[in-house]
Amino acid sequence: MTAGGTTDRMTRLLALVPYLTARPEGVPLAEAARDFGVPERQLQRDLELLWMCGLPGYGPGDLIDVAFEGDRVRVTFSAGMVRPLRLTTDEAVALVVALRTLLELPGLAERDAVSRALAKVSAATGDAAARMAPLAVSVEAREETLALARRALQEGRAVHLHYYVPARDERTERTVDPMQLLYVDGRWYLEAWCRRAEGVRLFRLDRVDEATVLDEPAAAPPQATSRSIDDGLYQPGPDTPAVRLRLARAARWVADYYPTEDVTPVDDPPGGLAVTVRTADLAWARRLVALLGGNAVVEEPAEIGAQVAAEARAALARYGVVPGDAG
Amino acid sequence: MAAKRAERLVNLVIALLSTRQYVTAARIRATVPGYEADDGTDRADEAFKRMFERDKAELREMGVPLETGRTSVFDTEDGYRIARADYELPEIHLTGEEAAAVGLALRLWESAQLAGAAQSALVKLRAAGVDVDSARSLPIKPRLDRGEAAFEPCYAAARDRRRLQFDYQRPDEDTAVRRDVQPWGVVAWRGRWYLVGQDLDRRAPRVFRLSRVVGTPKAVGPAGAFEPPADLDLTAVVAGQQGQGEEHLVVVRARPGTAVGLRRHATSLGPADDDSGQVEDRLQLRTTEPWALADQIAAHGADVVVEAPTSMRDAVVARLTRLAALEVPA
Repeated sequence: MTAGGTTDRMTRLLALVPYLTARPEGVPLAEAARDFGVPERQLQRDLELLWMCGLPGYGPGDLIDVAFEGDRVRVTFSAGMVRPLRLTTDEAVALVVALRTLLELPGLAERDAVSRALAKVSAATGDAAARMAPLAVSVEAREETLALARRALQEGRAVHLHYYVPARDERTERTVDPMQLLYVDGRWYLEAWCRRAEGVRLFRLDRVDEATVLDEPAAAPPQATSRSIDDGLYQPGPDTPAVRLRLARAARWVADYYPTEDVTPVDDPPGGLAVTVRTADLAWARRLVALLGGNAVVEEPAEIGAQVAAEARAALARYGVVPGDAG
Repeated sequence: MAAKRAERLVNLVIALLSTRQYVTAARIRATVPGYEADDGTDRADEAFKRMFERDKAELREMGVPLETGRTSVFDTEDGYRIARADYELPEIHLTGEEAAAVGLALRLWESAQLAGAAQSALVKLRAAGVDVDSARSLPIKPRLDRGEAAFEPCYAAARDRRRLQFDYQRPDEDTAVRRDVQPWGVVAWRGRWYLVGQDLDRRAPRVFRLSRVVGTPKAVGPAGAFEPPADLDLTAVVAGQQGQGEEHLVVVRARPGTAVGLRRHATSLGPADDDSGQVEDRLQLRTTEPWALADQIAAHGADVVVEAPTSMRDAVVARLTRLAALEVPA
């Protein structure tokens, strides 16, 4: 994989002269720097280096020549460096897989352009590894709501949602001002200003039961700022209440699935794990423990275990089962 | 990279591109600036050799097609050249719309595994005269898991078609088990990375979750050691493994206004009376994962009772019995 400084700089040095050759009218230095994703100073240094390079003989007529006219830079002698180096397998894979992934998005206005770009890029890469890419990214977009949310975002309109909240097992209704769509950890979310909660909220699209794009414009207030998702969706602070669980082997996936702290192997139950999950929503924690069907023991807070157990006894009574009875 | 080395490499590329003849190492040493001059000592020869070997490796690593051969039968040693047709990116003309699509697509790799390759691909396309605008952003951030240590070796082995060995620990097993596979490809599916390949011990295709790989996978043997099936659809293999299983029908009774989540995917069978004469709703549920559904039903507590089948009823009662024991101190 092309990473790190060495190869990056060589890739840039070999591409810079062809880049300027393709733009005979010249390019502002700042624009060229932006196109190469480096600071202007770095590009300047690259040009100075290229000035020393050229055809064997290395006389005045053999060396790469670059002219500065005002803020524009132009190549006047390319020493035969007219085309960039062909794509490496990794570069071809990055391009082809990204375009294929884009094609999966529903309601994509540019679908035709993406298909044509994919065909042309595949032809230019001519690489078997790209045709049968050793990599695929699925963004499974089955939710109809995704196309609707995209439309609302593009048209800048508010949306009315019927939204299912599993932690409280309730269906809610609200009007939101869409901000952006996010695909995080395998799920699509609409980030929006929720007028009911008066805050920025994430709505998981597979939990949206009904959605209507309203005529009124979206009007997220100035304080509505997108959250950074670089560290995941849930960023509990140290003050968020801790729930300590002991997971049986069958429930160890919890440690994979949720952000957990202080993960320690335990012998009771055999092959188990003790983990801490932070949540401000104890209803969510109760539901998690109940869903685990006895494969998680609550060490703290104790009332969660007590509440789940009381609910289970009430349920058993409806089946005519008294807990503690054999069989 | 030291400026001197970069300068030498650029000059080497230009020199080898500018000739159809194979150029010997000695000739390169004499013409391309920056190589240890030939002063007749073994030390200088050694230094040149090392330097030249490193440079060749670097160029090949970058994908520069460095050929070796002899121009005529009278040549006594191999020389080097770069065939322009193999070196240069073929012509590619993208319309404004198509270039915009490329810019947009490459944002997929922003801060993800192939970020470096995506950036250098972008640089090359721009150098080919394509004006790719990468500033435009759809409000879509298909973020992929990063920090998956097993990604790089698994991807590289699949790309190079090399056999791969690694220790794999399923969550329901206590110890990791050594696996030996022909890696076909790596797939991001529902936010997780998977490796798909032929398990050589089990003689069947298998899907591995990268987060369950223990330690660093090791590629063994030569590149190009196998060919994946011609009609391979990586995503379908991963997705197919998840959705398998026959469909089960389950009938439950739910108290009015409860079990909102279950009702989202249920068919209503109309009202029914419970033992105490209270009206309840009969719901029919379909599932290919009965044990997961039993977990959900048990989590609804007294609000939902299973009518049929008996196996589901027993599964739910078993879960409730374990849950009822939770508050008893261990």
